[in-house]
Amino acid sequence: MYDNPLMKRDAVTKEVKISARGCQVFYGDTHAIKDVDVDIEDKTVTAFIGPSGCGKSTFLRCLNRMNDTIDICRVEGTITLDGEDIYDPKVDPVQLRAKVGMVFQKPNPFPKSIYDNVAYGPKIHGMARTRAELDEIVERALRRGALWDEVKDRLDAPGTGLSGGQQQRLCIARAVATEPEVLLMDEPCSALDPIATAQVEELIDELREQYSVVIVTHSMQQAARVSQKTAFFHLGNLVEFGETGQIFTNPHDPRTESYITGRIG
Amino acid sequence: MSVGILIAIVLGLAIAGFFLGRRRAIAKAGGDSRRLHSLPGYYGQSVALFASVPALILMAAWLFVQPILIDDKVAELIPDSAIADGGSRGLVLSDVRRIADGIDLLVVQDLLNEADLQNMRADFTNVRSRLGEVGVALGANVSPSVFEAAKAYRDAQRTGATLMSVFVLALAAAMFAFSLLRIKPDLRARNISESFVLSLLIGSSLVAILTTVGIVGSLVFETIHFFQMYPASEFFFSTTWNPQFRGGSELGILPLLWGTLYVSFVALVASVPIGLMIAIYLSEYASKTLRSLAKPAIEVLAGIPTIVYGLFALITVGPFIRDWIAEPTGLGSSSSSVLTAGLVMGIMLIPFVSSLSDDIINAVPQSMRDGAYGLGATRSETIRQVILPAALPGVVGAILLAASRAIGETMIVVLGAGAAARLGLNPFEAMTTVTVKIVSQLTGDTEFASPETLVAFALGLTLFVFTLGLNVLALYIVRKYREQYE
Repeated sequence: MYDNPLMKRDAVTKEVKISARGCQVFYGDTHAIKDVDVDIEDKTVTAFIGPSGCGKSTFLRCLNRMNDTIDICRVEGTITLDGEDIYDPKVDPVQLRAKVGMVFQKPNPFPKSIYDNVAYGPKIHGMARTRAELDEIVERALRRGALWDEVKDRLDAPGTGLSGGQQQRLCIARAVATEPEVLLMDEPCSALDPIATAQVEELIDELREQYSVVIVTHSMQQAARVSQKTAFFHLGNLVEFGETGQIFTNPHDPRTESYITGRIG
Repeated sequence: MSVGILIAIVLGLAIAGFFLGRRRAIAKAGGDSRRLHSLPGYYGQSVALFASVPALILMAAWLFVQPILIDDKVAELIPDSAIADGGSRGLVLSDVRRIADGIDLLVVQDLLNEADLQNMRADFTNVRSRLGEVGVALGANVSPSVFEAAKAYRDAQRTGATLMSVFVLALAAAMFAFSLLRIKPDLRARNISESFVLSLLIGSSLVAILTTVGIVGSLVFETIHFFQMYPASEFFFSTTWNPQFRGGSELGILPLLWGTLYVSFVALVASVPIGLMIAIYLSEYASKTLRSLAKPAIEVLAGIPTIVYGLFALITVGPFIRDWIAEPTGLGSSSSSVLTAGLVMGIMLIPFVSSLSDDIINAVPQSMRDGAYGLGATRSETIRQVILPAALPGVVGAILLAASRAIGETMIVVLGAGAAARLGLNPFEAMTTVTVKIVSQLTGDTEFASPETLVAFALGLTLFVFTLGLNVLALYIVRKYREQYE
């Protein structure tokens, strides 16, 4: 039926992890996100694509309430994680962020040692009772971040001394060390060279086995390579959301088609 | 011709040069300013700068060198017999200068004409009473040789002033003519004024550096003098500070240094935690409007004159600590104490710590905060474990700068901690610091060339080395911190 290999991807519907309904975001008077409905599935990589300023990063930051740190930002509508409203006053954003980890556009390791960078999250959440347990968590996270072999002999070296790609993988390891259920990635490869990008993409694919991953990207090739679901944002609207293969080969909306063929954006 | 008029003439020449230069440039280009290399204003500017700046520099140099040369020349005229017992050539020379100024006043007020002055002789006229008429009081009658020296001094000064006027005006005129005549359309006036401005900027920075060198030089020179009269080992290692007017003083720096460090320590203990917490609140928690109001309000503390802090220590804090803490606990009965001065100085230092730390904490990239929040850290966890460690080098720099400020502080200590040099641990006792003793040694009635006075320079130099070391350390730490994020 489909002759594009993209379409042969496993597209079995899985359990919905995060669900947004009627989500609106305002920065002061600016209406940044307009009425977005989206369901993000568990153990799936969901890509958000769209031109700059279309609101994809803003929406991503709504999913772990990182927008709370911006004073003028206001969120309306409901976003649920496992059926619970994350904007409910009873929800502690700090606990939420432990469950919904985040990796940022620019690698931002803390000016601490590699070990302390990874151990930071487990420490503040009291995940390890003994030093040995902590060592184990750090090693597991670094292995999952595909960084262990490169840094195992210099865990005490500063994290800021690593190369850009290594730093970003360190940040990913730092995020997975707290055992989140969802991992949000805001253009994680935009500051990396092609080789580091390939390593991170491979890593994202492995992470899918355990987490729900949401990735914002400017590269349509990257979205096509790593994701199963793709959402196209334009001017604050969610234009189209569907199977990655379908979005890239047979978009329903003319705006999506214009964007992926390079006519707009 | 007086200096003021001379400056006015040179500046007038510069202004005229600006307009003349501009007009000449346009004329040379045949009225079409597009044919010029630079905008017409640059030609005018180059003439103005060339006419004024070298002449003004020459004048400044002349005014600096002339008194030195004249003093040397006149000093030779003073016979040894004119120098009173226990006095020095310098004292007689200052008399000579006063007499010369007095004669000038007499001449200006038409009480004396030049011809009479030439015939006037100290042995026949009562110079002292004549000068008294114009308000120049002299300690003793004027001896003939001193009066002759004064006349010579006055003559030399007048010749010098005339020569200066001639040379300065000649230089200004020559540079004016030179820079005006060389104007032609392809003269690169823009580049010329650019390099002129550059050399002016370099010159200004040289002035600051040379002044520092001069200050250090004078300190070092007098300190060497002091150590020729007083053993250095006693000065650095003796634990007694007991200056005597009649010599035989014990001038050990240790009690003063101890007092300085103790008071500074108390001040830092008081100011650093409060200042840091203010900085954290302002940079991490406060809203923008609150921050824009609170920050200047706190910085007002830095603008209060230290003497006012001193009064506050003397009248309010000191008695309070004595009546409510020191006397009930039986630890002391003096209203001036280390604690008083330290606390008040701490209040003064709060804005230093808070303002600098606030800037430094703000300079920690937002991505650090995002990273920590994204891992589920709370605000205070983020601040304690991520932001403060990242800002620590800068904060340490801020604290060291505050410390060097504390070490150099004088007024608060005079009024708050008293003047008793003492080595002790009790913070309710009066103590004193290096700076206070510098003031009291230099303002006393002792002879200048005695160790009791010169010790002030040794103290000053020690203090200078101390604060310089702290500043260098602070700058080094701050610079190292900067490398991390830029």
